[in-house]
Order: sequence, then C-alpha cells, then structure tokens
Amino acid sequence: MTIGLHHYLVVSLIVFCCGLFTVLTRRNAIGILMGVELILNSANINYIAFSRFGSGSYDGQVFAIFVIMLAAAEATIGLAIVLGIYRTFDTIDVEATDTLRG
Amino acid sequence: MIYAAFFYAVAGLTVISALGVAFSSNVVYSAFAMMGTFLGAAGLYVFLAADFVAGVQVLVYVGGILVLTLFAIMLTHQIQDVQVSNRSVGRFPAFVLTVLIGGGMAVALLRAPWLVKEEVATGPTTYGIGDSFLNQYLLPFELASVVLLTALVGAIVLSRKELRD
Repeated sequence: MTIGLHHYLVVSLIVFCCGLFTVLTRRNAIGILMGVELILNSANINYIAFSRFGSGSYDGQVFAIFVIMLAAAEATIGLAIVLGIYRTFDTIDVEATDTLRG
Repeated sequence: MIYAAFFYAVAGLTVISALGVAFSSNVVYSAFAMMGTFLGAAGLYVFLAADFVAGVQVLVYVGGILVLTLFAIMLTHQIQDVQVSNRSVGRFPAFVLTVLIGGGMAVALLRAPWLVKEEVATGPTTYGIGDSFLNQYLLPFELASVVLLTALVGAIVLSRKELRD
C-alpha cells in the first residue's frame, strides 16, 4: 500500500493523543508543557501533510513555520512562569499551587 | 517497498517516542523521548518534501525548545516526579477520555473524503517559502517578530530576581 495522506494523519493523531494524555495526567508543570509541545507537533504534521497532498502550494509549510515559532515563544514564557512558581512554592507540582482555592 | 520501510521506521520512532513522553515516570526521560519525537517529525517532513521546515524543526525544537526545557528541569530539581494522579482526572479516566477522543477523530479522518492531489511537483521549498513570507504573508511575518520580541522581554522580566532595596 503506497504511503498516502491517511498514514500521516494517523501518525499525527497518535502523537496528539499522547500529548493529550500527558497534559491530563502530569503533575509536573514542565511535563504539562511537554504535552502541549506534542500537540503542537501533531498539528504541524497535519499542516505539512495537507500542504503536500491537498494542494501543491507552500501555505501549509508557511503556517507550520509560524506554529513552530509561536511554540518557541510560548515555551519560553511558560518555562519562565514555571521558574517563578518554583521560586514561590519551592516545588513545581501543580497540586501545590492552590492558593486561590477556597 | 524500501520507501515504505523507511517511512514506517521514522513513523515508529515518532510514535514510540510520543508514548515515551506520555508514560515515563521520570520527567528527564520524557524530555529525551520528546527529542525522539521532534527528530521523527523532522523525518516525516522530509518524506513530505518540506525540506526547509524539517531544518527549522530540528534547529528550533531540538536546538531551542528542548534545550530550554532541559535547563528548566535542571533549575527546578524535580527528578522524582509525583505524577501518578491529578486530583481531578486520574490516570485511568484520562486514558479512557483520550481513547474516546482519539477514536472519534480516527473515525472522522479515515472516513472523510479528502481531496487528494497525487501529481504534486516537489522541489526545494526555501525560495517559495521566503517569497511567501515577503509577499503574501508579510503582515503575519512582521507581527511574528513583534511576538518574539515580546516573549523575549517578558521571559527576561518574569525570570529575573527581585531587586530588594
């Protein structure tokens, strides 16, 4: 069976599900950010697969470059916030950050 | 045949690394498995004739984001990860939810009538992408530079030590 669009979509779906599971079950704040990166990567694989198979233009690849760049900016800010959390609570367990809970 | 074998090898690397990120108990193991996922994704981009994006993926994700994540892990010293269950969603409900969502999406994507063009000319993409950035996508490109500048300044402000007078 020749490698077609569906193969890439299934790979990106599996990566998305792993990212979703990571975001749902991790208590380490950096682990949650890693799950978000997996989800963004799965979206990128989809963008580029559709750029190759759906239309011959470069639009999907341009979008993928924007996604990569925004993921870098978001990872930077997220990890700076995690460092702030570590300084305040002395742990990065997200269960410990419940100061606003009643 | 050889093409399919190489594709399954790269796709297998991506999928197994993603499973490693999700199910590792140690966050450092997850970070290195994430490196495998990023490299596998770059390999998949090469299969899809996206050479420039594959290079950008390796440079920015592996060389930037992954190194930043490892630094943050090092600075926060949490090697023993207590990640087994969140209070709101435990591990088994999360697994069930993920399987439901993934199954729904799998049914949708395998049944949808995608318009597939098989005769797509592939070649080096750098010129075309650069052209797109400066002609059609000029405004998002400039806004992206502003976003990156803001993120840079914001990260520095968020992470510097408080000055006590």
